Order: sequence, then C-alpha cells, then structure tokens
Amino acid sequence: MATLTATGLAKEFSGHSADDPSVLALRGVNFTVNHNEFCSVLGHSGCGKTTLLTLVAGFEEPTEGELLLDGKPIGKPGWERSMIFQDYALFHWLTVEDNIAFGLQMKDVARAKQKSIVGNYINLVGLTGFEKRYPHQLSGGMRQRVSIARALAVEPQILLMDEPFAALDAQNRSLMQQEMLRIWQHARKTCLLVTHSIEEAIALSDRILVMTRRPGTIKADIFVDLPRPRDEDDPDVIALKKKIRELIHNEFEIEH
Amino acid sequence: MSIIATVVTAKPATVRSRWLTSARRLKNLGLLAVVLLLWQVTSTYILDKTTAVLLPPPSAIAFAGWDLIRSGDLFVHLSDSLRRELVAFIWATSAIPLAIAMGWSKTINDQVDPLIEVLRPVPPLAWIPLSILWFGIGDVQNQFIIFLGMFFPILLNTIAGVKNIEPNIIRAARCLGASEARILRRIVLRAALPQIITGIRIGLGVGWMALVAAELVGANSGLGFLINDARTLLRTDVVIVGMITIGIVGLIIDRAIRVIGRRAMPWSRALAA
Repeated sequence: MATLTATGLAKEFSGHSADDPSVLALRGVNFTVNHNEFCSVLGHSGCGKTTLLTLVAGFEEPTEGELLLDGKPIGKPGWERSMIFQDYALFHWLTVEDNIAFGLQMKDVARAKQKSIVGNYINLVGLTGFEKRYPHQLSGGMRQRVSIARALAVEPQILLMDEPFAALDAQNRSLMQQEMLRIWQHARKTCLLVTHSIEEAIALSDRILVMTRRPGTIKADIFVDLPRPRDEDDPDVIALKKKIRELIHNEFEIEH
Repeated sequence: MSIIATVVTAKPATVRSRWLTSARRLKNLGLLAVVLLLWQVTSTYILDKTTAVLLPPPSAIAFAGWDLIRSGDLFVHLSDSLRRELVAFIWATSAIPLAIAMGWSKTINDQVDPLIEVLRPVPPLAWIPLSILWFGIGDVQNQFIIFLGMFFPILLNTIAGVKNIEPNIIRAARCLGASEARILRRIVLRAALPQIITGIRIGLGVGWMALVAAELVGANSGLGFLINDARTLLRTDVVIVGMITIGIVGLIIDRAIRVIGRRAMPWSRALAA
C-alpha cells in the first residue's frame, strides 16, 4: 500500500536580505494520492509544483503542514520515493546496467538478485542490447528509459517524476508517454507526475491536480475516468482538455 | 542503430589512418631536421673553437648522451629525480580529500580558503631558500618544493570538479537510498574524477619544473643537479643532454597520465584526443 496525504502544506524559502526577500512557494496544499493511482500536478512554471515534489522526495522540509506516506511522516530522501528528473541525472561514469543497479547496491540486495532485477527492468523499458553503453552514447529518449528503470528497480512505494519528458522533441515525447503508460501498467505503482503539459497529464493520469499560480495551492482535483489509451480526438478528451485549459487560463488572467 | 554502425566501420579505418598520421607527422619534422643541420654546420665550421664550446654540435650532444647512458649516470640521476617526483606526488594527493571536504562543507571551505589564498600566489621556487634552511640539501628539500608545485593545481581542480557536479545527480543518489558516505565515495569522487585527473596532470607538470629548479640549487643528484654540475665543468654537451632528458620525461609523464585517464574513464571526454 502507498497512499500519499498532504494536509495544510506550506513552503516558504527564507530570503537573506531586502533584495532577496523570502518566497512563499506553496500555501494550504491538501490532497491525497491513492494506492496505485497515477496522479499529475499541472500548473504554470513557477507555481511551486516542483517544490511540492521536492517536499515529497524529502529534499526539503515543509514550513507548515504534514506530508504522510501510509500514515507515516516523510523524512529524509530514500528509495521508497524514487524520482525521475527532467535532465535524467544519470551517473555518467556508469554503464546502463550499473546505473540501474546503483539503487539495488544501496539497498544491499544480493548480487545475483541484482542481476536478475536489472535484467527485468532493462527488458521492461526496452533497452536490451544497450546494457554496457554509457549514457553519453544514448539518445535523450533512451537516457530517460534508463532513468525510469533506475527509479523502478528499487521498487519504490511512490514514483516521483519532475517534467520527465520536457527535454525531448515532440515525437519522442509522445512516444515516451505511451511507453510510460505501458511500463506503468506492467509495474503498477503510485505515481506523482509534475508537468506543465495538459496533453501529457490527460494521456497518463487517473487524477489531475491543477495548481494556482504562486503561492501555489490546489485549484481543482479532476478524476479522469476515461479508458486508456486515450485518443486525442476523442470528444471526452477534447472536452476535458478545454476544461483544464480554461482553469489554467483563468489563473493566467489574474496574473495580468 | 547508428552507434553500432559507426563502431563497426571505424575499426578497420583506424589502423590505416594511424599509418597515414604517422607518415604525415614524419613530414612535419622537416623544419626540425633543417634546424639541426644548420646547427651542426654552424657549430662545426663557422664558430671558432672557444665559442663552439658554448654551443656544441648535435653530433657531440648525441655522443655525450650515449656516454651518459652507457656509464649509467643518466639513469642514476633520472631515477633520483623520478623518485622525488613520485614521493612528492604521494604527499600531494592529500589535496584530493581536502578539496572534497571543502567542496562538501561550507564551514571547512570558509576556514581553509583564506589560508590557501595567502599561500597559493607564492611561487614554489620562492620557498627554496627557506626549504634549504629547514631540510638541508637533499631529498626532503626537493620533495617539499615539488609538493608545493603539485598541491595547488590538484586542490583547485578538485574543488572546481566537486562544485561543478550537477545537484540533481546527488539528489538522484539520495533518493535511491545512498548514505552521505556512499555519496562522497561513489558519486562525488567519481563525478569529479576527470577534473581531478586534469589537476594531477597540471600538478605533475608544475612539479617537474619545480623539481629541476630545486635540484639546481639544493641537491647532490638528479637531473637538475646533473646540468648544473656539468655547467661548472663547462660540459655544455652534458647540460644539453640533461635538458633534453628533462623535456622528454616531462612529455612522457603527461602522455602517460592522459592514457591512464582515458583507460580508467571511457565515459569522459575531458582527456580525449
């Protein structure tokens, strides 16, 4: 089981001087991500959605409020909450298989078992034949596959994703979204994805949390009850896209 | 797919292109040959006997070199110099943990940095008088000077290497369950390795220069001593043999570090070509 609950979450980054005032990034954030649910957080850049993710990962501590995973407060970063980064953050001095094995070594998994787990995930993300390659020898999409495999191999309770496909070109992005969906359906997990792409959120999610601009809070909590794979031209998808676009657009209007 | 294709076609091409580059390089030595020839003619036929002592012809240098090799003197001095360089290098590697600690902890950085800023601009050679008074003539004095020449390049490059690590790489390791100790050893040290190797390359080069200077004035053996000793005997041919040896060995050390670095870090392009 892995249920993530946030209550009254706030995060303020303290400033150091008058020129560098403190910034309230998040305020009064409440939500629950249910077990095995794929949840997206959608918002403008600078709305605090990435801050939310760093709190869940444990890189930062919330200023106020509570963040619970299965009823237990979130502490230091650990493999229960592994993360996929926009810039892949691969260990460039390790081969594909060693990158994926890294977390298993940190968990002190027996060597023979590491090998079979790594093999499974290499298969799952479609990197067979590239085990001995270094990240710089791979394309962006393939690097992100390594990153996905690395994050999944430690069997986290919740998988965190920070705009994972934003650095890819349009074709690769939609391909990787389909791949992510396929991988998720094979290795079902609680997922929290941060994105600014409405299409991406609709293609992948069970739930979409729309955020306000800074200080960010949850503006809308939308259940996406449509069968996957979701066709862009499906009237229901179009209607949902329109609804979310209006929500975000209104937010933009307030700003100006 | 394209990766595999380039690897396959590249193999037979490299062997042939290596021959071609060697041939091309040989052609590049044309000017050097002309200079040597002019030198030979000048020293033998144009200069008078007294002046020719100051600039012996290349043939005389070659004979002097051959004599020094045959008698084993050259190797005695060379091995003394190399041993000093090596001992000093072992001490100078202490810059690596210090730099990592500085890159990792702000407190350590803030405390150590002013000390380094004061010491760094003093050229290693300026330490020689004090070093002779402290350690006398001999190995320790030389090693101290070489150590000073090596320490700062290694330290500064390692600090830069640690500071340039992408923060997300550290975060990624953290959320895969790595402890602080493991992050330092398995992430920070590895990610900064290309810059550490660069620092070592520069350090060994500076150290080699400092070594010769230290041996010129404060040693009873070594290549620096050899050329200074030959000067007092007006053996300019031996002086030049010593100079050439110093140059060649410096070059070999530099190349060796590059080859080792490339072997150890096939993932890094810092030392390529």
